[in-house]
Amino acid sequence: MQYSKKLIDHFTNPRNQGRLDKPSATGIVGNPVCGDLMKIYLDVKDGVINDIKFETLGCASAIATSSMVTELAKGKTLTEAERITRNDVANALEGLPPIKMHCSNLAADALKKAITEYKGKNK
Amino acid sequence: MNKIYLDHGATTPVDKKVLKAMLPYFNENYGNAASHHAFGKEACKAVEAARNEAAIFFHANPEEIIFTSGATESNNLTIKGIIKRAKIDNAKPHIITTAFEHHCVLDAAGAMQKEGLAEATFINPEIDGVVSVEKIRSAIQPNTVLISVMYVNNEIGTVQPIAEIGAMIKKENEARENKIIFHTDATQAVNYFSCDVDDLGVDLLSMSAHKIYGPKGVGLLFIRKGAPVARIQDGGGQEGGKRAGTLNVPGIVGLGKALGLAAKNGKKDAKKIAKLRDKLIDRTLTEIPDAFLNGSREKRSPNNANISFRNVEGESLLMLLEMAGIACSTGSACSSDSLAPSHVLLAIGRKAEEAHGSIRMTLGKYNTEEEIDYTIEKLKESAKKIRKISGQVLDDFYKAKEKGVVKEEHEH
Repeated sequence: MQYSKKLIDHFTNPRNQGRLDKPSATGIVGNPVCGDLMKIYLDVKDGVINDIKFETLGCASAIATSSMVTELAKGKTLTEAERITRNDVANALEGLPPIKMHCSNLAADALKKAITEYKGKNK
Repeated sequence: MNKIYLDHGATTPVDKKVLKAMLPYFNENYGNAASHHAFGKEACKAVEAARNEAAIFFHANPEEIIFTSGATESNNLTIKGIIKRAKIDNAKPHIITTAFEHHCVLDAAGAMQKEGLAEATFINPEIDGVVSVEKIRSAIQPNTVLISVMYVNNEIGTVQPIAEIGAMIKKENEARENKIIFHTDATQAVNYFSCDVDDLGVDLLSMSAHKIYGPKGVGLLFIRKGAPVARIQDGGGQEGGKRAGTLNVPGIVGLGKALGLAAKNGKKDAKKIAKLRDKLIDRTLTEIPDAFLNGSREKRSPNNANISFRNVEGESLLMLLEMAGIACSTGSACSSDSLAPSHVLLAIGRKAEEAHGSIRMTLGKYNTEEEIDYTIEKLKESAKKIRKISGQVLDDFYKAKEKGVVKEEHEH
């Protein structure tokens, strides 16, 4: 598998890795059958993502996309963060191998799910 | 630290003695073994010497050895060649094989089924990775023409009871008019186990040179005299009309030499490799929590360690090991082109995440104790690092699933 240098960097030194004790919301996506599972923890203050953490069971690109999405989302408003797409994450990592574009690129989905949960709770 | 190769189940380096034997047949004695002039005779002589070497190794007659491009071709020739020749009144010929064969056997049998030329039954192995002789026996039908069971499984290294199956089939055949042909794919067995075709009771046996320190692109099929196998590749009359195509003379010479070396040193190498393998398994299972061996510990090839780690995904573990200079393989879908977890691990009842979390380390005759010690240290470090990243996500997923918060929505 040909991975970019940036992807390897995020895989070996993942940013914002871990859990939040009292998250405003969480989002879990993936499936053990496919091999990739990801959970995002959000801490939201005044409509802004104040802190964000993740835990991921998956291949190198699943870990790197998780790390990257937290970096992209941190400090953004929920409206801005919601607009982050799978392609944005892949591009920020200088590309993903084609076979990984779908299955290991769940991070944007997990982020959206957490934001949706937050909005549901705080209507 | 130099690179450490622990993927001998994928391929092996060519032994220097093998390479030396092959070299003259590229540009000195380059004749076509089918030509009748001096150049051809020289090549033919070398091919026949290799055939004799193979015949001695497998306890067969030289004319029962057919050189091919490797075990994939040998297995295709077996299944398709037998089905092509099979004549059953009022029924399709029936194949019995196991669910954890190499893909070339599974897919060849599947292709015959799909084309409407044969029926096929795929027997699941037991949870220890060993197939039950009784289950195979009870799958036999009046129209069964072929039973194919691998000798040693390529992923988990478990050894199948080939001689017992051979004896069972011999007994069944006594009362049958259409005799069942017994084939074994011995690709992963040749280095370590007796491959006497009479002791095993097999009619056909496949193998590849590159798994036994020989070159890639060459192998053989033993076909017992009289076994009805039609050719599936048309062309010249090479190999007694059973396999058309100019003989790969340097490759065949290399195969002969590799078999000779395996016969001479195999037992000694196996002992040394088993000792290192035992150290690798024992220390990994005791020093890394939530690690378990896939496949029987006892009925196992001396070079195979296949271990699953809970809360670890195999491809990411493989990547960290690769960065530490260690080469091995995984049953994870993420490292395969098909994106499906190992069919072998699923066949022995492992859950998908256990298959994804597996790595296969296959040792060889050049591995050292120092390399194994280093590998164990790196395995410990890497599993710990990956488990820190995965945290509780697997447990969280199952809890959420119980509550109905998530469904298994992600598909390929």
